Amino acid sequence: MLRRILIVVLAIVVLAGGGFLAWAWHDELPAEPRRDASAYDPAVVAKGASLAAIGSCAVCHLAKNSPSFAGGYPVETPFGVIYGSNITPDRDTGIGTWSPAAFRRAMHDGVDREGHHLYPAFPYDHFTGATDTDLDAVYAYLMTREPVRHDVPAPQLTFPLNIRLAAAAWKLLFLRHGEFVPDKSQSPEWQRGAYLAETFGHCSACHSPRNALGAEKRDEKYAGGIAEGWIGPALNAASPAPAPWTAESAFNYLRRGFDRAHGHVAGPMQEVVEHLRQANEGDVRAMATYIASLNGVAAPDAAAKAEQAVKNATSRQWPIPGRETTGSGGSSTTGLDGAAIFAGACATCHHDGGRLPISRPVALGLSSAVNGADPRNLLQIVLGGIHPAPNERGAIMPAFSGTLTDPQIVALADYVREHFSGKPKWNDTGTALEAIRRGKNS
Amino acid sequence: MTIVLTINSERHQIDADPSTPLLYVLRDNLKLNAAKFGCGLGQCGACTVLVDREPVFSCLTPISVLDGRRVRTLEGLGIADKPSPLQAAFIKEQAAQCGYCIPGMIMRAQALLEKNASPTQAEIRDHMQTNLCRCGTQMRILRAIDRAAKDMKTADAGTTTGAAR
Amino acid sequence: MTKPFIPPLSRRALLAGGGAVIVSFALMRHGLAQEAPAGPKLPGDLSKTPMLDAWIGIDAQGKITVFTGKAELGQGVKTAFIQCAAEELAVQPSAINLITADTGRTPDEGYTAGSHSMQDSGTAIRNAAAQVRDIMLSLAAAKLSIDAGTLDARDGKVSAKDGRSLGYGELASGQALHVAAQPTSRLTPPDKLKVIGSNLPRVDIPGKVTGAPMYVQDMRPDGMLHARVLRPANYGARLASLSADAARGMPGVVNIVQDGSFVAVVARGEFEAINALNVLSQNAQWSDGPQLPEQAKIYSTLTALPSQDKTILDKGDPAQPGVKRLKATYLRPYQSHGSIGPSCALAIWQDDMMTVWTHSQGVYPLRNAIAKMLSLPSDKVRCIHAEGSGCYGHNAADDVAGDAALIARAMPGTPIRVQWMREDEHGWEPFGPAMQTQVEASIDGQGKLLAWQYDVWSNTHSMRPGGPGNLLAAQYLAQPFQPDPPMPIPQPEGGGDRNAIPLYAIPNARVVSRFIPQMPIRVSALRGLGAYHNIFTTESFMDEMADAAGADPVAFRLAHLEDERARAVVSRAADAFGWTKDKPAAGWGRGFAFARYKNLAAYCAIALELRADRTTGNIELGRVVAAVDSGQAVNPDGIRNQIEGAIVQSSSWTILEEVTFDRTSITSRDWSSYPILRFPSLPQSVEVHIVNRPNAPFLGTGEAAQGPMSAAIGNAFARATGTRIRQLPLSPQRVRATLAT
Repeated sequence: MLRRILIVVLAIVVLAGGGFLAWAWHDELPAEPRRDASAYDPAVVAKGASLAAIGSCAVCHLAKNSPSFAGGYPVETPFGVIYGSNITPDRDTGIGTWSPAAFRRAMHDGVDREGHHLYPAFPYDHFTGATDTDLDAVYAYLMTREPVRHDVPAPQLTFPLNIRLAAAAWKLLFLRHGEFVPDKSQSPEWQRGAYLAETFGHCSACHSPRNALGAEKRDEKYAGGIAEGWIGPALNAASPAPAPWTAESAFNYLRRGFDRAHGHVAGPMQEVVEHLRQANEGDVRAMATYIASLNGVAAPDAAAKAEQAVKNATSRQWPIPGRETTGSGGSSTTGLDGAAIFAGACATCHHDGGRLPISRPVALGLSSAVNGADPRNLLQIVLGGIHPAPNERGAIMPAFSGTLTDPQIVALADYVREHFSGKPKWNDTGTALEAIRRGKNS
Repeated sequence: MTIVLTINSERHQIDADPSTPLLYVLRDNLKLNAAKFGCGLGQCGACTVLVDREPVFSCLTPISVLDGRRVRTLEGLGIADKPSPLQAAFIKEQAAQCGYCIPGMIMRAQALLEKNASPTQAEIRDHMQTNLCRCGTQMRILRAIDRAAKDMKTADAGTTTGAAR
Repeated sequence: MTKPFIPPLSRRALLAGGGAVIVSFALMRHGLAQEAPAGPKLPGDLSKTPMLDAWIGIDAQGKITVFTGKAELGQGVKTAFIQCAAEELAVQPSAINLITADTGRTPDEGYTAGSHSMQDSGTAIRNAAAQVRDIMLSLAAAKLSIDAGTLDARDGKVSAKDGRSLGYGELASGQALHVAAQPTSRLTPPDKLKVIGSNLPRVDIPGKVTGAPMYVQDMRPDGMLHARVLRPANYGARLASLSADAARGMPGVVNIVQDGSFVAVVARGEFEAINALNVLSQNAQWSDGPQLPEQAKIYSTLTALPSQDKTILDKGDPAQPGVKRLKATYLRPYQSHGSIGPSCALAIWQDDMMTVWTHSQGVYPLRNAIAKMLSLPSDKVRCIHAEGSGCYGHNAADDVAGDAALIARAMPGTPIRVQWMREDEHGWEPFGPAMQTQVEASIDGQGKLLAWQYDVWSNTHSMRPGGPGNLLAAQYLAQPFQPDPPMPIPQPEGGGDRNAIPLYAIPNARVVSRFIPQMPIRVSALRGLGAYHNIFTTESFMDEMADAAGADPVAFRLAHLEDERARAVVSRAADAFGWTKDKPAAGWGRGFAFARYKNLAAYCAIALELRADRTTGNIELGRVVAAVDSGQAVNPDGIRNQIEGAIVQSSSWTILEEVTFDRTSITSRDWSSYPILRFPSLPQSVEVHIVNRPNAPFLGTGEAAQGPMSAAIGNAFARATGTRIRQLPLSPQRVRATLAT
């Protein structure tokens, strides 16, 4: 890692001698005069609201105990912490002085109104493909929000990345400008979905692997990535979900956070779903169509395979509590009998029928967290649980990080893997847990 | 099967299925009243106890995982005549109505104060969010936790001064 | 706790039917008589139970026992009753042993509901205690041959200035207290009060914060078994088939009790009972029940049902157009009591006697219902109140007591403890009814209210037992009982139309109460009954009318309030909040609301501020300031606790809560599908100001803030966002949807 960073530094030094500085230089754009909210067309604002929801802007541009878009959310990257900026129309601490052109430049080129390069934690490598009309709609939406005076901490990055020019070097290497052009041979809905997923949605940002400099690997797009210590499961042919995604199931998942063949949304994706709920329904359907196509399974096959996966998983379900308690042997007194832990800690909800008709989870055999090659997501869910957004209905799973010791969590996760997935054992569960406990995100 | 549990510093031999949740062992076998059945789903916190230093939902904690670990319930903090600082603060603030959620509230707050002697309002609210109260005593619960934190610090300061003399 | 754990019957009960002695007493203005005088009404519930020894007993050692037919529900009444008794008996509060609702020992005071406890029982206890103290004085005067006026009653004895003294125990021997109460008492004057008006710490809190056995859930007599009842997924379903063998063979299972479609499993341990219930549920088939209405159309469904209409206020011409006339419809969904601890009861059938420990709000009505269900004479059933998790109205407390009695009847001599599961509590409790209100009003040229037309549609707000059919289990027996026909609760208290009559001076007004007997969803009493929605409507619309008049909402209310106590409470809340002084911060809105609960109990006004996040739809509550007038405040901190609690609970109802259902069953079955307020969403602060009224009658307080809080939130939301939401709850989803357009 260090070696790679030194190469970048070297690259900067070399390039600095030539036209790099000239290339990297951006003028400050003039401050926009204050405009009343009524100056914006409500239809355009509504369109912008939906696109902002698809972009999950409020996830990073959010301050705790502060209204949306006031910024302050710490985005943990392998290179340090970057705080989501204040994008309310406050003139001092937000983007109240930005013109539409300044906003477009930020979204397309990753340069703020004053001409500073923005770090690529802000996914302009995706937004760069958005149309000007759409960006103007998002601009109108943001400019009609409540201005909030809120200063955001400066990024805490390691040298040399703490020099903003490093972001310019990054762009030189990885940013491909230009409007996104979908595959015209596909249906209009697919094309719409592709555009939204690749630009505002920036789905591949979490669902693709990244190189050492934090850029998505183009040749491994949708092969699965990492975000905030969670696996963004592969969406291509390598998808770990036993039920192939269909347009319908992907829509259920994206829109409602639940599908009967995939289960409840968890981890960072939960916040994405919170926002997609507020987006235009047709747009979310279009994205679902596009996402479902990534695995390469033809639609009718996918539906049949999904049904089969549901059947398979149901046959592996945990029996109703009480009918059978300890399952797979092993010494219960050591506390490391995964079956006994499951019976007492999990089976109240994760069983195969009878009571709890409403929020009972789907069969664990359908979960990508249980079926994936990496135990990380299952561990994350066991450690932290699943919690709905404040004041919302939604599945609640309590955190077990304090209830179980690390060896017990490993025993439980391995048991769940073995009992419900039918896939090969994980052999690095303990290491993965240790990494999460240490707070390592990659 | 016999399992040995350490509860409020006392060792107990429990004859029960290892998957039995701690809550039922506390209430049925040990006749301890504080931990309450609220939902059995880990959604309300009425059954909260401490395992080592962590607050846990005893309704979803199989006794098999408690070997060699320290379980503390509300009964272990103090008694009516000699309440713990947190219990005393709940009494001073009259922080209860029906009181059914209170044992869980106190145990969860105890875990916070053991790790963070001076929690902010936001930290307290954040930490307590797993626990529900229906009577609406939360404002008093917040005051009681805040008061206990301050009382404990004053007591600590007193001890230190005493020792210095 | 060993076998004969049933508390003994009281001396009062043993004496029942015995003769009474006539005591003459110089200090009392009226001669004491054997019978209650036919003249003036006796204070509080003395009017129903006039004999003093039904309320207060003093044994030979001077130990004082006070009896109340009301129950501690977490509202702190035990402490307040003790204060009333201790004050007038001139003893330390710790000298009072209080016995609450027990059909074997205490007066029948009906239900502990409607914020009646202090008005009915507190008043009775205070007056009884004052009269008993005076009897002590007069008896001592007779014994010491000294003028009663020179004697001093203090700390359980009567002392003369010459140093001689007699203990209450010596004086109260025989049947000295078996006398009827008098209409008036020598109450301690306001300036001499020591215990009443003080913040006596709650007597139950030390036990509650240290894990003492305080609740019916904590009772475990020797030989007790745990039971769980199998309930179908939907209303009205009948058991089609049941294979109980698998459950019967499970570890710890002792019995499966079945009567028709009522099935329960009895086991040694609680977890064993739960496990067996799970297995039992998988081996049971149920018939379909009746289809439920479509939730999206619930209000039009309800209002289309036949209704019994009654005009409860009619003056002038409410159709007068005035200079401005507005009309609006307000909606309130079904809402859950949502007790944190599922309902629980303990019963034993022993020696031809059924004893039930219950957290029911009405032990006497419950006793009668259970007796009828079991075909027993009512004196063969005893219901004893034991605390449970807070109920806030008629939750499943009575139902589970019925369950326990049925199971205990099948297993003579065995104490049976039944607790409901979370999903049953959420799915089967009788909810607070959905309601619709429509209000139309006009203002005159001076900006004053000219006319007011108000219509309220509602189911009943009480399906309490009552008849045995109001117990859920009784509806499922082989010989089932039908629920009682629903009845409206008449004015002035009202049920669905509680607080439907505005307290404001309006020259032309009509209020029509439209009572809908048919109940597609099981409903009953939830804290405040119809007052919650009627106050939400009235107080929201008062703001709408204030806007129409171009008036400040507080000034507009004051301009229409004639009751001085109402005005005082409104002004106090507004002043303490700083209503007129400073402006809200950007994005924040302020709201105000006021009501006198039932138009005859406590006065309560609330001012608050909030802001709404347009993206998430979340409402953030800032400062909340309330003022309350409960008459003579017995325990100011107890009043504060009640009002604070009601503010938080009403916030939760108003912002979050709505029971959900599909065409077959209730779908909000736990806290994930029926979220309530969690800590991070609490108001920033809540402060309560008490307007004390020394010597004024006690006014019920427990439900007083429920309505004003909802309207204050609605009004503040309208000011913060420029948009009014007239359908409860103001949930994140509804806020988002409303503000998006």
